[in-house]
Order: sequence, then C-alpha cells, then structure tokens
Amino acid sequence: MTSTTTLPQETEDDLPPRRSQSRIVFARLLSKPAAVFGMVIVVMLVACALVPDLIAPHDPYAQSLIRRLKPPSFLDQGVEGYWLGTDHLGRDTLSRIVHGARTTLLVSLFAVVVSAVAGIWAGLAAGFFGGRTDAVILRLIDMQLAFPVVLLVIAIVAVVGPSLTNLIILMGLSAWPRFARIVRGSVLSVRGLEYIEAARSIGAGKLRIMLRHILPNILSAIIVYASFELARMILLEATLSFLGLGVQPPTPTWGGMINDGKNYLSISWAVSLFPGIAIALIILAFNLLGDELRDALDPQLSHD
Amino acid sequence: MTTPLLTVKGLKRHFPTAGPLFGPKPTVKAVDGVDLVVGERETLGLVGESGCGKSTLGRLIARLDDPTAGEILFEGKDIAGLDDSSLLPVRQSIQMIFQNPFASLNPRMTVGAILEEPLIIHQKGDRAKRRRRVAELLDQVGLRREHVDRYPHEFSGGQRQRIGIARALALEPKLIVCDEPVSALDVSIQAQIINLLQRLQRELGISYLFISHDLSVVEHISDRVAVMYLGRIVEEAEATEIYRRPLHPYTEALLSAHPEPDPSAVSHEIILEGGVPSPVNPPAGCHFTTRCPYVREMCSQTTPQLLEHEPDHRARCLRLDELDGNRITERFRPISQ
Repeated sequence: MTSTTTLPQETEDDLPPRRSQSRIVFARLLSKPAAVFGMVIVVMLVACALVPDLIAPHDPYAQSLIRRLKPPSFLDQGVEGYWLGTDHLGRDTLSRIVHGARTTLLVSLFAVVVSAVAGIWAGLAAGFFGGRTDAVILRLIDMQLAFPVVLLVIAIVAVVGPSLTNLIILMGLSAWPRFARIVRGSVLSVRGLEYIEAARSIGAGKLRIMLRHILPNILSAIIVYASFELARMILLEATLSFLGLGVQPPTPTWGGMINDGKNYLSISWAVSLFPGIAIALIILAFNLLGDELRDALDPQLSHD
Repeated sequence: MTTPLLTVKGLKRHFPTAGPLFGPKPTVKAVDGVDLVVGERETLGLVGESGCGKSTLGRLIARLDDPTAGEILFEGKDIAGLDDSSLLPVRQSIQMIFQNPFASLNPRMTVGAILEEPLIIHQKGDRAKRRRRVAELLDQVGLRREHVDRYPHEFSGGQRQRIGIARALALEPKLIVCDEPVSALDVSIQAQIINLLQRLQRELGISYLFISHDLSVVEHISDRVAVMYLGRIVEEAEATEIYRRPLHPYTEALLSAHPEPDPSAVSHEIILEGGVPSPVNPPAGCHFTTRCPYVREMCSQTTPQLLEHEPDHRARCLRLDELDGNRITERFRPISQ
C-alpha cells in the first residue's frame, strides 16, 4: 500500500502493511487443536440445526413397535440403519438428536442474546454512572442470583405455561446478572482512560460515549463470556426439558430424550446415553472455544 | 485593554477523600485558588512537580472536571458552573491534547472516524464536507490522507500524537490545553511535535496552555510561564524573564536543578529536602515552608499573595525584598557577570 508521493515535511516513515485484526485472531484459533475441535463440533451442531432433514437418516417422529428399544446397530440385536438404536416408541435416536439440535441451539442462542442485551445495558449503566445507579443495579444482581433458576422457572411456567418464547425469556432473565457483572467490571477498567476524556472534551454525550467508545472496547470480553454462557444455557435448556418444563413432546429435545430413556435404563441404556453425550460434547466444545478465544483475543499473550 | 481570551480567578478543586463516618471529611486541595490569564495567540507554560495540581487545573479549564469554587472566564463569560448541554458550544473553542498518545485514541475507531466525530457532534456540514475537513486536518498535522482508514495501533507514538492534535484542531478552537503533550515521546519526536504546535499557532492563531514538567520544553515554547506548587501559582512572568531571574525560592530551586547543556557550567543545584507535603493537609501560611532554604517563622503564619514585584513579574513570597542579593545561586555566580 505504499505510494510514491513525496513526503510532507514532518511525516515519519510509512506504516507497515495492514493485517485485519479478525484475520489474526482466526489464524491464532486455527493453530490450536482444542479450538479446531471446538469449531468442528459447533459447525456440526449448526449444520444439524439448519438442515436436519438432509442429515438425519430417518424421520424423527416415525414410530414402530417392532423396533422399540433397540441397541445401536453395531451391537448384537441392533437393527441395520439405526446407528444409535431406537427409543421406547421405536423412533431413531440419531435422527432425534439431529433434529433436537435446532431446539437446543435456538433456545440457548436467544436466551444468551436476551441475557446479553439486558446485562450489557445494566452493566454499562452501573459501571458508567457509578454511585447510586451502581448500588441499585448491584443489589438487583444479588437478588436475581440468590434465587434458584430452576425454582423460578418452575414457578413461572406453572403460571404462564410452557412455550418456546417463555422459555427463552425466562432463561435469558436468569443469566443477565452474570453478564451485567462482567460488563460492569470491563466498563470500570475502560472508563478512566484518556480516550474517554477525549470524547468528553469534543462534547460527546453520555450515550455516545457508552455505545461508541466504551462498548466496542469491551466487546471481546463480552464475546468470550457469551461462548461460556452459551454452554451454560444448553445445559439449562436440557435440564428444563428433562423436567418437562421446556419445549413439549413430541418435538425432540435432548433433555426430553434423556427423560424418555430414564424409565428404561435397565433394559436399554442407549436411549439416554447418546443425547447425554451430545450435550456433553457441545458444552465441551463451547467451553474450549471460549478458552481459546480468550487467549486469541488477548494482545498481552504472545502468539508464536 | 480588551478582555483576555481566558481569565481564571480563584479557581479551586478539592477532592473529597475517605474519612470518618461522621464529621467533616478531609479534602485533597489539588487546585487551591489559582489566578491566571491566557491572551490571544499566546502560550502560557505551566510547570511544577508531579502532584502539584497542574493537570487538574488543565482539566478544569477544559471543563472535564467541575471546579469547587472560582471563575473560569472564557472571552468574558464564566464557564465554571455550566452543565453539559450549555458547555457544548464552549467545547468548540477549548480543546485538549492529552499526555499519552497510546491511551488517548479509541483503539476501535479509524483515524477518519476519530477526526470526524467532533464534526458530527457539532453538526459541521454534510458527510462530504466532513470528509474534506478530515483530509485537510491530516495535511495540517503532517499525516497522509491515505491513513484515514487506519487504526491507531498501526501508528507510532509521534504519529498518534499528531492524530490527537488533529482531533483537537477539528473544531477550530481558540484555546488548546496541552497536558504534557510530549512527555511520553522520544526526544527526537518531541521536537517535531513542538515545532508542529508552534507552526499551527502561527498559522491558526491558537492560544496554548502548555502543561509540562520539562523546563526546557516550556522555555522553548512559552511566551509566559507560571510555576505551580501544591495547588497554587507561586510565580508568573515572561518566559525569558523567569528563566533569567527567578524570584520565588521554589522556582529558583527548580531551575537550579535543571541541567545546563554546557559542560563547563558549574552546577549550583539547590537540593530541596523532603518531599512535596500532602495536599490533604498543606503547611499553614506559605505552602513551601517545609522545604524552603530561606524559611523564617513568619512564613508559616501569613499566607503570601501573588504580587507584582517587578513589572509583569509576579511571585508569592513574603521575603522577596530582603532576599535580593542574598540568594544561594547568586553567591556562586561569577563576578564578571
């Protein structure tokens, strides 16, 4: 990108060729096996969520009394084509896991978005204004955290009834305090920097300072935290589905599938095991990705 | 005489500190009754040790902080008590250049966005006009127009400071508060930035309040110099005058500690004992009593005023008249002088 124009008098050397920051971060991620593993799992999850019909070998709702509670196809008595076995209604476990990915991802992603939006506003306000605002928001956070999430969901679902939207909102509300705390801490570390003073000296208003100067500079912390939070939300969604508070049958959900299998554990362990493995893998993937993302975004660490 | 650009009268900034649950809390008297004047196209240098309150004073004048008491008259209008919305037009006229070029630019904004932001806030022209103005600003501070889409981390310290200067220039201010603008830079780069500031002053007719602890930089750039000690101005005069003949004992000590670029010069450094007293509980009377080599009992009983001892040369000391001819540095002066 060097040009041949003559240098003005006081200009120093030209700049080094530019490299986009996101590309650097991505390159760092690709050099870490754990991050690659996490990304592969996440890509698989997203693919299942987007086009389950292309991936699943069978209709997840097709029942068959002859084929019920079959073990995986690679074991004795397994049925050809039903790789992970069938449940108590003879439905293909693999197909149901693939189709369940959509609910899992949809619910947890939206729950994280809801909690992030609420938490970011609360955290920005608390960290930026300080004083009384800060104290009030901190007390709200403490109150919310002191209340057991599952108990809260049971109480509210009992009143308003289980639905996808209710689930997303409830899960989102249960997680905003953690976001708010992370954001508040990050705001405090940025608030005193000179470029915030500089923004004030050119007359920038409070909202502009919060959204244009503070938020972009704490975004990487928020993104890293969101990936951990996503793992947490997947687990919470599975928990609620297991308890029958989440998305209702016959829609396949991983938590619901474990619940379906729990009455037949002595006859067929496979029904509960495989959705359990799916949950564990996804959570592991998001946690690994979050860890590696934190390192990749940290300019303090050397990356050779 | 016409109204000076900036007149500061009895300006105070006291910070509350943690104290007893009941009763009065102690305060840090960072700025404790400052008077100063900055004229048009003039550079007032403000020197002092770290912790003397010079940066706080600069932030008060740029209205980044609220004064506890006193007046800040800008073009005759008191801006000390204005709130954010009434300050907006004033902010166009008073801008600030910051000390640390690595912290004063938002790392997530391009140079173009940084320079355009003040124009957006103050609604200066449409997009095309603003873009032209940004290019003009880059020219003025000696950066290339192609750098408009770069991020601050791609620039060196000196270049970043130029971006900071360009941002301060964007609104065509009349006064720029420069808070240690070169102390974070290499010496060779310092000279470039100082030259840039001087050229801009000639071309645009800006006034500077130049805050620094570097005496030679201040001597070079300032028309007048004010020396600050523990929240008060202790001496103020023309730059050449104050360096030639410091009146206040603190200024004398400060200048004597300043290395001469002449290897044959004999050093008569006055070593001040102890540190700067706490601004929470400054000494009674003259604040310099604890370290002054000429201290007498009366110094801690009466607070001296900033008085004109010689034409256009003010100092805050009770013993100035008796001290003439009896100073430590004068004893060492060669007879031929």
